[in-house]
Amino acid sequence: MTWERVIGLEIHVHLKTRTKMFCRCPVGFGAGENTQTCPVCLGFPGALPVMNRRAVEWTIKLGLALGCEIANHAVFARKHYPYPDLPKGYQISQYDLPSCINGNVHLPTADGDRSIGIVRAHLEEDAAKTVHVGGRTGRIGGADYSLIDFNRGGTPLVEIVTAPDIRSADEARRFLQLLRQTVVELGISDAEMEKGQLRADANVSVRPAGSDELRTRTEIKNMNSFNFIARGIEAEVERQIGVWESGGEVQQQTYDFDAATGTLTARRSKEEADDYRYFPEPDLVPVEPPTELVESVRAELPESPAARIRRIEPALDLERATVLVTGGLDRLWDETVSAGADGVATANVIANNLVGAGVEPAAVSAAELAKLVEARERIPRAAFDEALSKLADPGFSADPYLAQEALSDAGELGPIVERILADNPGQVAAFRGGKEGLLGFFVGQVMKETRGQANPRVVSELVREKLAS
Amino acid sequence: MIDTLRLTAEAAIELLERGEMSAPELHAAYLDAIAERDGELHCYLRTSEEPSGEGIPIALKDVISTKGIETTAGSRILEGYTPVFDATVAARVKGAGLSLLGKTNTDEFAMGSSTENSAWGPSRNPWDPTRVPGGSGGGTAAAVSAGLAPWGLGSDTGGSIKQPSALCGNAGLRPTYGTVSRYGVVAFASSLDQIGPVAKTVRDVALLYSIVAGRDPLDSTTADLPEVVVLPEGDSLAGVRLAVPRQVGELDAIEPGVRASFEAALGQARELGAEVGECELPLSYRYGMPCYYLVAPAEASSNLARYDGVRYGLRTTAESYDEMVERTRDDGFGPEPKRRIMLGTYALSSGYYDAYYGQAQRVRTLLIREHREALEGFDAIVTPTSPTVAFPIGDKAADPLAMYACDLLTIPSCLAGLPGLSIPCGLSDGLPVGLQLIGPQFGENGLFRIGHALEQAIGFDTVPERLRVASNPTGLTPSGDAR
Repeated sequence: MTWERVIGLEIHVHLKTRTKMFCRCPVGFGAGENTQTCPVCLGFPGALPVMNRRAVEWTIKLGLALGCEIANHAVFARKHYPYPDLPKGYQISQYDLPSCINGNVHLPTADGDRSIGIVRAHLEEDAAKTVHVGGRTGRIGGADYSLIDFNRGGTPLVEIVTAPDIRSADEARRFLQLLRQTVVELGISDAEMEKGQLRADANVSVRPAGSDELRTRTEIKNMNSFNFIARGIEAEVERQIGVWESGGEVQQQTYDFDAATGTLTARRSKEEADDYRYFPEPDLVPVEPPTELVESVRAELPESPAARIRRIEPALDLERATVLVTGGLDRLWDETVSAGADGVATANVIANNLVGAGVEPAAVSAAELAKLVEARERIPRAAFDEALSKLADPGFSADPYLAQEALSDAGELGPIVERILADNPGQVAAFRGGKEGLLGFFVGQVMKETRGQANPRVVSELVREKLAS
Repeated sequence: MIDTLRLTAEAAIELLERGEMSAPELHAAYLDAIAERDGELHCYLRTSEEPSGEGIPIALKDVISTKGIETTAGSRILEGYTPVFDATVAARVKGAGLSLLGKTNTDEFAMGSSTENSAWGPSRNPWDPTRVPGGSGGGTAAAVSAGLAPWGLGSDTGGSIKQPSALCGNAGLRPTYGTVSRYGVVAFASSLDQIGPVAKTVRDVALLYSIVAGRDPLDSTTADLPEVVVLPEGDSLAGVRLAVPRQVGELDAIEPGVRASFEAALGQARELGAEVGECELPLSYRYGMPCYYLVAPAEASSNLARYDGVRYGLRTTAESYDEMVERTRDDGFGPEPKRRIMLGTYALSSGYYDAYYGQAQRVRTLLIREHREALEGFDAIVTPTSPTVAFPIGDKAADPLAMYACDLLTIPSCLAGLPGLSIPCGLSDGLPVGLQLIGPQFGENGLFRIGHALEQAIGFDTVPERLRVASNPTGLTPSGDAR
């Protein structure tokens, strides 16, 4: 039987507002523990929350970018659960009346656009950070003591919930990359996963292909990179297929994904279901954004990453277009190609060489880059690499590098190639046995021998020629 | 030395302005009175030895956060908690130059109608120390009545300003919801809590209200006042239309003595030119109490979730975090907060929410509408404040429902968010009876005007009879009510 994957995502994005969601404490990393706190975010008696207007506006902005309807009446609620990182004993979060609902994101895939529904995007406050010291698991049970840093407590957080419309781990990864790029471009979050500014949980189930049933799902938490998310989902999919195929039944469960071992660990299930006792937060008033505000935000929305992938894809291919757009590199590509450079070559140079050299794309002159891309096979590799590394320097000119010529004379290069082949008999035998990928190895050795002066195209022709004889 | 028993806030301000007394002298006079009478009455949980401002003193209910001064809300769980910030109302009275005299006793977390639920012991009624001063703000009311403070601030959720004011013979205002900031006031039920003044005269109440009222950027539920506060003058009620709810006539809970005093006051209102008619509040008296006892405990169960022993107040150490929290809350909360946490947690539970909290909110909407309709064509609704006079300490302590019934007449307008002013309207068995005036939203000025005129006509002597002997009639007592 073939199985279809049914995946939904819940994504938390930290907003990079200057101050916290409900108080005036600064938001940010690196300050001493509990220094960015006040009576409100410490939950002192009588302290009251006051909404951060910018966080509300940014949530609306994100909602519009995700194709959502913007509620003209959204309500914050109290979500109760007892935990030391929650100083009030409840989290303030939009609940049944969120700011953004019924959205839709077009996800470019090899088989055309996939439409991923957005159930909701709502605003809430983050909890504080707890460190459990001692014990084995780093969890509260068994710890010797626990420390709480309230600096993070009260950071504005948008939670985005997708419909179970995602059909593969790869689609999940692509969706998240696109979403990350969207929030970065909207200027509302740095969305750095390693800092926890973007966190994703996945709800996963499988069903026989062609069926439209929804089987029991499981939730995977704690995945803090795009690759882990893809691997975590795939591991869970395989596990579920195994369970169903061996005649078993998947149980509703929450798992933590351990990236180091690639394994899933079930969380201890609670005896009773959570009851958060939600009720409307009486200390706040409803969020009722004027239509003019929503429309002015809508009018300022930039072209979406998905639309840009679709726009540049015909000149490239999906993979290259995706890499450029989700890396924030497509604008430079656009300009470089407009300046006359070849599309695919430009994409390769930007995505590989430029990013590898650590150059800031925004500071690069597209006209100079276009010259370099066009001359890349004619000039010495060493000159090309050096020029790339200096592209972002103020007043950079490619001209001095373009004046240099690579060593392309077969008479001069031939003996060097022969010596390299003679020095590596094992690799030569392997190449002849079918490992054609070793071509790059031989070219690389020649480039090294010539200190980057050889023309790689001429070298690879020579290597092929000599190995074929 | 000055006699503080008859001294109104206005008169005290005049004393300072005329230079007849200094602020430290006035402060000391109140401390002397406290030393003399508070051993018996137990109005104060703590006092300030030195004046903190150039103006007259004020007493603050212990639910109001005061920077650097312990604030316990009458609960053991906040024992030793010293706020690092002032409540907005505390900051505003300081800003007006008022000097903090002390923190007054309250039922634990303002939950109660007698001050017997204070973890620090009950306060006593200055008119009869075997009786309660009402609650939850019994400390402030008894202090004002016994001359231990010229005025004070209380908090009112279902009657905690109006009812003790009535039982102690003071004027007390529960303002329109949203006119006075709740920032820094230990929360009981957020959608109901309001802060308001208690004093000897309606003019004093209006003056203190003008100091604390107005929008606060730290409390999103506050609003700008639509008009400035006007200190009431005049003694006519010509053109004023008052409405007595028909249901009040049918309530058996109202003692005959209270009813007689109330009726007499209505007669005086008519003599002053008021027209007294009738309105209908059937849902309010039938469903007000049950509605309140779902909304208030539900919000209380949430507001009290923060007392976990982690950051401040009491902590009972234990082997694990969960056990520490459980034991701290068990040791720190008295029976009434525990009762309301249980009620409220139940009312908010999934599967019960719609039937309880959700339904109560729908009822509340009906009560708001019913009050709006009842006020059409009238300037104020008028009822007794409390169905009874002060009752003996211990009388209702074992019967929560009897205690809850004390607020039968004050609760409905609280649910409707409307302002209510209680003024003394006479005595029954030697104990004060309160009259409640309920106005439209932001209708405080109207209530002050009506209350002031009635107060003049009634001529109630705010000094408890048993203390009058002690009062020195030849002292510096420019009395506000002796005209």
